[in-house]
Amino acid sequence: MNQLGYPILSVVIFLPLLGALMVLLINRKNESLIRWVTLITSVLTFILAIPLLTHFDKTTSKMQFVESHTWIPQWNIRYSVGIDGISILFVMLSTLITVLCVLISWKAIKDRIKEFHIALLIVDTAMVGVFSSLDFFLFYLFWEAMLIPMYLLIGVWGGPRRLYAAIKFFLYTLVGSVLMLVGIIVLYFAGGRTFDIVQLSSQNLPYGLQFWLFWAFFAAFAVKVPMFPVHTWLPDAHTEAPTAGSVILAAILIKMGAYGFLRFSIPLFPEATKTYLVPMMLLSMIAIIYGAVICLVQSDLKRLIAYSSVSHMGFVTLGLFALNATGLEGGILQMINHGIVTGALFLGVGIIYERTHTREIADYGGVASRMPVYAAFFMIFTLAAIGLPGLNGFIGEFLILFGAFSAKKAIAVFSATGVVIGAAYMLWLYQKVFFQTVNPKIEAIPDMDLREIVTLLPLVILIVWIGVYPNTFLSYMHASVQHLLERVNIAPESLSIARLLPWR
Amino acid sequence: MSKYLLIPVLPLLAFFINIILGRRYLKDNAQWVSIAAVLGSFVIAVSSLFDVISGSRFYGDIYTWVVAGNFRASVGFNIDELTSIMLIVVTTISSLVHIYSVGYMHGDKGYYRFFSYLSLFTFSMLMLVMSNNFLQLYFGWEAVGLCSYLLIGFWYEKRSASDAGKKAFIVNRVGDFGFALGVFMIYLTFGSLDYRTVFNSLSMHLNDPLVHMNLGITAVDVNLFTLIALLLFCGAVGKSAQIPLHVWLPDAMEGPTPVSALIHAATMVTAGVFMVARCSPIFNLSPFAMNVVAVVGAVTAIFAASIGLVQNDIKRVIAYSTISQLGYMFLAEGVGAYSAGIFHLYTHAFFKALLFLGAGSVMHAMEGELNIQKMGGLRKYMPWTYWTFLLASLSISGIPGFAGFFSKDEILWQAYSSGGPGRLVWIIGSITAFMTALYSFRVFFMAFHGEFRGTHEQEHHLHESPKVMTIPLAILATGAVVAGWVGIPSLLGGGNQIAGYLGHVLGHPKGEGTGMQEMMVMGFSTALGILGIGLSYIMYGRRSELPQKIAAAFKPLYTLFYNKYYVDELYSYTVVKPTLWIGKNILGKVTDGTIIEGVVNGVPGLIGWFSARFRRIQTGLVQEYAAVMAIGILIIMVVLIVW
Repeated sequence: MNQLGYPILSVVIFLPLLGALMVLLINRKNESLIRWVTLITSVLTFILAIPLLTHFDKTTSKMQFVESHTWIPQWNIRYSVGIDGISILFVMLSTLITVLCVLISWKAIKDRIKEFHIALLIVDTAMVGVFSSLDFFLFYLFWEAMLIPMYLLIGVWGGPRRLYAAIKFFLYTLVGSVLMLVGIIVLYFAGGRTFDIVQLSSQNLPYGLQFWLFWAFFAAFAVKVPMFPVHTWLPDAHTEAPTAGSVILAAILIKMGAYGFLRFSIPLFPEATKTYLVPMMLLSMIAIIYGAVICLVQSDLKRLIAYSSVSHMGFVTLGLFALNATGLEGGILQMINHGIVTGALFLGVGIIYERTHTREIADYGGVASRMPVYAAFFMIFTLAAIGLPGLNGFIGEFLILFGAFSAKKAIAVFSATGVVIGAAYMLWLYQKVFFQTVNPKIEAIPDMDLREIVTLLPLVILIVWIGVYPNTFLSYMHASVQHLLERVNIAPESLSIARLLPWR
Repeated sequence: MSKYLLIPVLPLLAFFINIILGRRYLKDNAQWVSIAAVLGSFVIAVSSLFDVISGSRFYGDIYTWVVAGNFRASVGFNIDELTSIMLIVVTTISSLVHIYSVGYMHGDKGYYRFFSYLSLFTFSMLMLVMSNNFLQLYFGWEAVGLCSYLLIGFWYEKRSASDAGKKAFIVNRVGDFGFALGVFMIYLTFGSLDYRTVFNSLSMHLNDPLVHMNLGITAVDVNLFTLIALLLFCGAVGKSAQIPLHVWLPDAMEGPTPVSALIHAATMVTAGVFMVARCSPIFNLSPFAMNVVAVVGAVTAIFAASIGLVQNDIKRVIAYSTISQLGYMFLAEGVGAYSAGIFHLYTHAFFKALLFLGAGSVMHAMEGELNIQKMGGLRKYMPWTYWTFLLASLSISGIPGFAGFFSKDEILWQAYSSGGPGRLVWIIGSITAFMTALYSFRVFFMAFHGEFRGTHEQEHHLHESPKVMTIPLAILATGAVVAGWVGIPSLLGGGNQIAGYLGHVLGHPKGEGTGMQEMMVMGFSTALGILGIGLSYIMYGRRSELPQKIAAAFKPLYTLFYNKYYVDELYSYTVVKPTLWIGKNILGKVTDGTIIEGVVNGVPGLIGWFSARFRRIQTGLVQEYAAVMAIGILIIMVVLIVW
């Protein structure tokens, strides 16, 4: 049934859930057992996912490792999962990030430890599920299932304003998701009563329908990315979330929006996508510049990094909607890059927050003198974030900007200013936190311990690897991106407003 | 190829060894790793020079770096005449600075860090000059910028140092912004970033239509090559500190002095000059871009020299002198004399590194003092520093026989004979030559002659630097004298070998003129140099009241020079502050804070408001429902009929 002969994707999806069940059975007093079971489960999940990379056939754009079973026959709902060149890297990243989140929470989380780890493992299942679902019903299930543990992670283990942030996050994403649900139901009927994503992706829907569905899905995805102007949940959610929550938000959750564009919006509604290419690119451009400028004046560490995500995700959507191979591959790679780098930055902030319990940039200064190893790690992340050649961010940004430049020069030129402003705020941040004289408030902080180094090291390796030899990762995408583009290229471009009325 | 691969890889290994093992294990022995690596690179660089001289060049890829869609770029080397000269400059100066730093940085708590950064810099600079394509060039370009950032802010506890590092990086990013767009244009036009592919296919694009640039309000048509050349030049303006992006270089003097010598005088800042030379086939196709290069170079040369005349910080004077000399190099390239520009790059590396290291030696003796007003009479305490500094000053002033004379004379002659704006830039260049001699010897006389004007403590402490510092000074001084002898013009009985050597890559300048004219140009600039030294002696050597009187007589001009034409202030008020203000008050408070949040937080309220209204509709009276339904059906029917 697939190239491995066993249902590898189901194993990777449900192993964390199994782990969560095991944690549920452990006595809550036995904290270290809870942590160890969670860690072992997440590591095992990551290891079991590795055959996906090694046995992946890069020459085909078809779904691989497919499992498909009838689930609810009355509505033609199937349990079907599979991955292609677009989703494989996200599956891998999700499983890796979960491991790091367990490690970083080892000491930071002190109350409701059991619930925390259960939530974390459920998130892991949901993340992998979202990226490997091939059935809309299943997809929507995972998509929404992700929401609840995330809501709890922010609302229970977060900072002082956690409830406000959690509810805002929940409502924002829910409103978007509901519109998508309507879209999915319409698709179900329009596509001949099927939830099969692959099948639907090869149909040619009438333009009027494409138009409405495009915007319905857009609502869900734009909120998740988040695109301007529906981004304001992100700074609050990031700022209030515990470290692990911020990392998952930054590294995986907001990628789901961009992934949605790739997996659904573009192949399902190619005509509409082509028609709204310029507005999409413009929104991306605004997000890039807007997010960057607002970063310049932040006084809160996590808030600054959160706004930088708005800017960086602007680059991602810019690349995707350039609708050429370079832009698309750059966009996908940049999603991975942003997951790694911003995940790393939040992990880094978590490490220091654990010692000082303050997020105010003004409370820091001279950290490099006290924590040289930490300073070196954070420097690498900073440089990756500002796109220094030789590190991963550069490859993504360069490909995106080149792709955008090939499509629409003026937009690319304005967007490229984000790279300049990006350097300004990140280096300002680094200077205020790490350089200058040691702030008396942090006089006696210890440097990173082994656990923290082990947490950050895999990300450093990936940052350099992608920067020096990105082809390892890009090569997975070629066939799938090519396939996606073929679909887009045959679609006509339409600007007629009269065709928007679906009943005509 | 593996031989050439070692040139950058050795310093890279040294970087990794030092940064990982330095803090715990190597500590005060970190220099051995770095010095061994850079000397290894130097030896291979010399052998590469002989390879090229004997006719064996190298051009090839090492591995494919990026493949995405139809975009493709590699990492590879191009060892030709131009690269070989750059390799010699980079590895020679880098080796000497490494050795000098053993003395200068002795006892610094970041000793291992300093040497690992030096190694990283050497690696990056070598990757830059050895590249065979634009993307790797860009890699080296930004990587040297990173090292510059790290080394300017090396003493990061100082606010001014960390500010300066940040400023250097950001200002360079502005230039790189244009550079990157230039690279995009190259790929879009030629479908490759490989030097050979691009330069060889230039001729196929000679008749390309003009690039139509829609600027929103108005649209202009631009020649393709002019556009590419000017975008690339943006990068050079940033990296080589030309107007209007020169503002970072003087501040960069916050870094340790060996860094100023290596990065901010001899090598990194000349990357722009190198890049323009490397891209000369493109620049040659756009006379307009060439003129821009020439004029920017000339204006920067005289502008920076005028500031250098009145500064009191010894390193800042030399920094402005560097900006000015870089302007000279661009001036040469702008008139088509690329080899003269590279020749000046090469001689400048020796005498300018020497000036900086000499200044460092003075600072070492004066416990970090930078103000030349507080020096004086150092001649008797530090003879090695004194004599080598004198040789460097004579060289930069263009006194016949010294290295600087030959390269500067070549530039001025090529400018004079090139036609077009050549005469104008020649005049500016000549005036600058006079100013150069004046400010160089101002520093020399004020620091080394007269009476000591510092504190008693400082005077007690005065001493010559250790051998590990004076020997590099002596080697550089030798270079400051003899380095120019490879470019003696035929007029003086030389063969100008370097022009012939570089001519393979950079072509030969178009200028022509008689021997008489050449003699005249040479005599004129020499006379101006001597005049500058003489005036300097009268004003500063004999400690007359003249400088004060002149300053008082030309008060507004003096204030303008002293405050560096207020460029920093201009940028602060027109760019930095408005951007921050918009970020804080418009984006932060109005759009994000009021409008978007207002809508988001308002939606629940709005729903409540609507539901209150809707409740009123639900009266429970069936007649009303029926009436509303009827009206609705009527409206729908009307719409359908009219459509």
